[in-house]
Amino acid sequence: MRPLADIERTMTAIDVEADPQAAAGELLALSEEVLEHWVTAHGREPTDDKREGFRLLALHRQGTKGDPSFNACRETAREIAYHYNLVTMQPEHTETTHRAEMLRMVSNHLYLFVSGKLQVAELGEFCCSAKPIRSADKHEPGTSKEA
Amino acid sequence: MTKKDKYQKVAYYPGCALEGTGHSYNRSTKAVGKALGLDLVEVKNWNCCGAMEVKNIDPKLQTYLSSRVMSVAANEMDMDVVMAPCNGCYHNLKKAEYDLKHDPESVDVVDKLSKKAGHKTYESGQVETIHALDWIKDTIGEEGLKERVKNSLSGIKVANYYGCMYTRPRHIFPEKDQGPGSESTSNPHFMDDLLAAAGAENVEFPLKTACCGGAHTLSDSDTSTKLVLNILKAAKLAGADVIATECPTCHSGLEMHQIRAEKVLGETVDIKILYFTQLLGMALGLKPRKVGVHENVSDSMGFVREHGLA
Repeated sequence: MRPLADIERTMTAIDVEADPQAAAGELLALSEEVLEHWVTAHGREPTDDKREGFRLLALHRQGTKGDPSFNACRETAREIAYHYNLVTMQPEHTETTHRAEMLRMVSNHLYLFVSGKLQVAELGEFCCSAKPIRSADKHEPGTSKEA
Repeated sequence: MTKKDKYQKVAYYPGCALEGTGHSYNRSTKAVGKALGLDLVEVKNWNCCGAMEVKNIDPKLQTYLSSRVMSVAANEMDMDVVMAPCNGCYHNLKKAEYDLKHDPESVDVVDKLSKKAGHKTYESGQVETIHALDWIKDTIGEEGLKERVKNSLSGIKVANYYGCMYTRPRHIFPEKDQGPGSESTSNPHFMDDLLAAAGAENVEFPLKTACCGGAHTLSDSDTSTKLVLNILKAAKLAGADVIATECPTCHSGLEMHQIRAEKVLGETVDIKILYFTQLLGMALGLKPRKVGVHENVSDSMGFVREHGLA
């Protein structure tokens, strides 16, 4: 598993015009690596299982265990799978290069979201299923001084 | 009673953002309501919903704060629907409703704090919380909008951006994913439907529910800027002229990080950012100033003139 910064550089450098199908495969693999980072950082072994034919979706599912706020990138992962299918299953389509470029942007979003979330992990979760920062301090709900 | 009838008159909960950075969303929501003949009655003496800050420190306190807004609407104003245009407020009121229905501990805490504050305790089910999108979709609908459009949005390509809080987590939105006519949590479409009815051409936009980094805008501005830049670029690549928003946090994040991306990263993405209520309002014949286009951070006046909306 290469460092996250290397993944970003590789994503940026991929030439989607030269070979959109190969690029789609690379971007899917890089997106899986991004999720491997998240899973590994949470002390788990990244799964080799697949969901709906994609290891990416199985890794995302694994990443949400114990942290439902990680669902905030569920649709991003699904869009990666969708765009991968568009590029690889309709290779002759007139918009294949455009679709591959969009796949790169969605993959990049997954990278930015996960790497950002890893950086601020110690601050607590700010997203939809937020966990209290002070949960580790056994803070009793509804008992803050302001209450 | 049908939703169409029930939502004609709603308790309006603008929330803090709409009195600050989202002022133009407040202005345009009220203007659109008036133009459509819908009745908004602002919640008396409303308070913060608990936003993200309180929720992080003490989620039960956030539940109480949101419950107070619903209590005022139900018990002091005799209203049965609260309409919140802000995704954060909408999300928090829905979450409080869910917690009060399913978590006895939350019920106890809310009861204790309500008594301490001297108002009636909110009881689950007293009001229904809806978003501005539900409000317009269920009262006027696409057909009703088509009949009222004076300045079609035709020729304008829109990327509809819903942000992350409008649909997540799924379990607090039991009315969504209920088949035809209901909103989808995986592929929301209410804003797409309304703007299409007003004549706009919606582009396929894969990041419509992706994170904008709004919550990290102060703690980690660089990540937020990169996330926003990616959203802007993807919308542009999708062929959009404008990103339509329905959340003040997303909207101000997109506008401010669009500027920051230019300054810090040297990257310029020429795309406009407007609230869906601003676009709808102009389609209904309202002047750009009436829907606060001049109050947005980014300048879209030239764009709206160019498209015959001014």
